[in-house]
Amino acid sequence: MTTANRPLSPHLGIYRWQITMTMSILHRATGVALAVGTLALVYWLLAAAMGPEDYAQAQWFFGTWFGQFLLWGWTFSFFYHLCNGIRHLAWDAGWGFKIKTLYITGYAVWAVAAILTATAIWLAYTSGGMA
Amino acid sequence: MNLRNPLATARGLGSAKSGTGHWWAQRVSAVALIPLSLWFVISVLGLVRADYAIVVYWLHMPSTAVLLSLFLATVFYHAYLGVQVVMEDYVDREWLKIATLLVIKFACILLAAAGVFTALRIAFGA
Repeated sequence: MTTANRPLSPHLGIYRWQITMTMSILHRATGVALAVGTLALVYWLLAAAMGPEDYAQAQWFFGTWFGQFLLWGWTFSFFYHLCNGIRHLAWDAGWGFKIKTLYITGYAVWAVAAILTATAIWLAYTSGGMA
Repeated sequence: MNLRNPLATARGLGSAKSGTGHWWAQRVSAVALIPLSLWFVISVLGLVRADYAIVVYWLHMPSTAVLLSLFLATVFYHAYLGVQVVMEDYVDREWLKIATLLVIKFACILLAAAGVFTALRIAFGA
């Protein structure tokens, strides 16, 4: 079968930038970031199983600026991927394809993800003791 | 000159493969992860500053053991399905693609097994 001279999809660079493009690639990027974050999740569990010293070491690591940076990143990635994932499920159900709806739900994902991330970080720094 | 019908040369090559099954599995695990991941994140937010005894107490609870095991199994399944598509899109060389996918699959299964085992070990008080 001939494969030469078949129509190719145009290169990404010819399109005018739209927020939907950024949201699409960010869904993938946050998904990959969260997949990497599962390493930290398993490390945290293993540390808890090993004993108080190892758990304290994990707590120390997550308390460093680098650990905090990672946790904030994963927190935002989680809420973004969750909200945009629900948007994807709505599309799968056949809802929300009108251009206007597409933009409204897109901005809603940004807003809800930002609010939830800010709330989570605020809770982590103020309470989080669970007495 | 090839006198064969183009369809005859394409038939049987299995171009459709198993796309629908993958797509559906990704959606089912996504739906399951909405409550499971929210439960996990909210729980962990409550444990940020907790001392060791409280964390272990939380891990000892039967509800934690069940939900955490389900969360871990589902999260690694969903993560593999997602990363698989990313690799299939961006890794061009066939041998490298297969090797990468195998490494990631084994890593996901190893991490899921280690996580579930650890959760159950703490829950059963070893």
